[in-house]
Amino acid sequence: MKLITAIVRPEKLSEVKAALFRAGVTGMTLSRVSGHGGEQEVVQRYRSETVVLEFHEKVKIDIAVSAPFVEPTIQAIVSAAQTGEVGDGKIFVQDLERVIRIRTGEADNAALTPVTADEVQKAALADTAGVP
Amino acid sequence: MNPELTISAGNTAWVLISAALVFLMIPGLALFYGGLVRTKGVLNTMMMSAAALGVVGVQWILFGYSLSFEPGGAWIGGFGWAGLAGIGSGANSDYAPTFPHIAFVLFQGMFAVITVALISGAVVERMRFPVYLAFAVLWTTLVYDPLAHWVWGVGGWLRELGALDFAGGTVVHIAAGTSAVVAALMLGARRDFRKVAFVPHNVPTTLLGAGLLWFGWFGFNAGSALAANGLAALAFANTFAAGASGLATWMTLELLRNGRSTAVGAATGLVTGLVSITPAAGYVTPVAALAIGLIGAVASQFALELRARVRLDDSLDVFACHGVAGIIGAILTGVFATTDVNPAGANGLLYGDASQLGVQLFAIAVTIAFSAVATGGVLVVLKAVFGLRVSLAAELHGIDLSEHGEEAYYGADVGALVGRRAPIGESVLLPATEIQSVARLQPQE
Repeated sequence: MKLITAIVRPEKLSEVKAALFRAGVTGMTLSRVSGHGGEQEVVQRYRSETVVLEFHEKVKIDIAVSAPFVEPTIQAIVSAAQTGEVGDGKIFVQDLERVIRIRTGEADNAALTPVTADEVQKAALADTAGVP
Repeated sequence: MNPELTISAGNTAWVLISAALVFLMIPGLALFYGGLVRTKGVLNTMMMSAAALGVVGVQWILFGYSLSFEPGGAWIGGFGWAGLAGIGSGANSDYAPTFPHIAFVLFQGMFAVITVALISGAVVERMRFPVYLAFAVLWTTLVYDPLAHWVWGVGGWLRELGALDFAGGTVVHIAAGTSAVVAALMLGARRDFRKVAFVPHNVPTTLLGAGLLWFGWFGFNAGSALAANGLAALAFANTFAAGASGLATWMTLELLRNGRSTAVGAATGLVTGLVSITPAAGYVTPVAALAIGLIGAVASQFALELRARVRLDDSLDVFACHGVAGIIGAILTGVFATTDVNPAGANGLLYGDASQLGVQLFAIAVTIAFSAVATGGVLVVLKAVFGLRVSLAAELHGIDLSEHGEEAYYGADVGALVGRRAPIGESVLLPATEIQSVARLQPQE
């Protein structure tokens, strides 16, 4: 079991989500985060106040997956989130010790796959909108 | 009251509507200022405008109007009209010849309220709220009321001198702008001033406020004709012209200098155009109003950037916007005024009379000197007796919490999900331990 944490551009989120759903990866948690990478600073002016934004808005996606899903998840994110410009983000993969589904008390791999995964994947594959 | 004076229904209606329009500028100013501050100070900022309606409103009825407008003295009115004694639905030959005197009282009352509210922009996010309430009453009594009497009161010495101020360029804007500088100096800068960027937290709010200000300004200026007549229509047209000119000028200057026109700049630009036409609104042609709005906006924009280079935390640039544009407007009144449009006015420099310019400059100098000294006096006393600033910890936590025990956007913090209902009677004050722990983290320089 791995915990995959991806930091992506907010404007790429919908493509990333569609790619993950098509790959059958349908359980994830999103957070708005601010990141500092190699991107150019953004300057905003309000009256005489100039503010330099060194941190850029990103979306963090946390996904816990069983071993067979690790590579498809990474592939889906990379293919959907990549623009080639600085600031595309990162993917971190870490080992996961335990997973427990609160609703049932199921543990580990049994707790990892959302019950609606097949339907969500089927719908995503049928929906060609957003496919590059 | 003079029984020979007849009440005009049209004039009465226009003055009452104008009073309501000026009233609308006060919530407009609250929104304008509120959007320009950070999330943790927006309620306090808006309250400083709203609270002026409460305390100055009461002051005005009890004795403020009487001090400002009771005829006679060169320096101050008196207490003869305290509690609006004898003032009613009849006309008044000095101030309200064709409409009820009490309508004039209310129209002028709105001016008194908004003037002190304007000053509050210089002290946002750090002034103790109860002390601000005391300041609002004292400032209106000791600074605004005398000034209003000098310029507008029968017998007032600047009025006798022939200074032209159609709708309050000196009494409202120069006085507020000057007092704002003094107040900002006396309070000191906000924590982290010039270290972190203080960015407006809600620009749409500021734009809404600017729109309401412009709308209300039609009452402010055109209402100052005190009749539903051609002069009111001229002041109305000039108010539109100068606002448009200030807006266009500001956007264009920004575009040329920074490559972009900003929304906050647009809101600021239209206000500076409106400020600069205020003293001239009933004395100049609409083309002159365009020029006045343009010059006022240019001067304000440069003043605003100059202010950013000095260590003066006039937080919302009350002086750069109201003081500078007010001064420009008062000067240009002495340049562009013509008796062609208003026989009761005077001819300015461009119409062959340089002396009016001298009178205008003198009135400006007097207003600045008096406002600065008197405001300083009021604040020195308040500082000695009560202290002006909230504690550093309160400032860092946010003045909305420390002064009002509320926050504008409850729920942004995850802790709000588990907000516990306090039992009736439980202390509502922030625990001292928490304040101290923050104070330790951020030692004073």
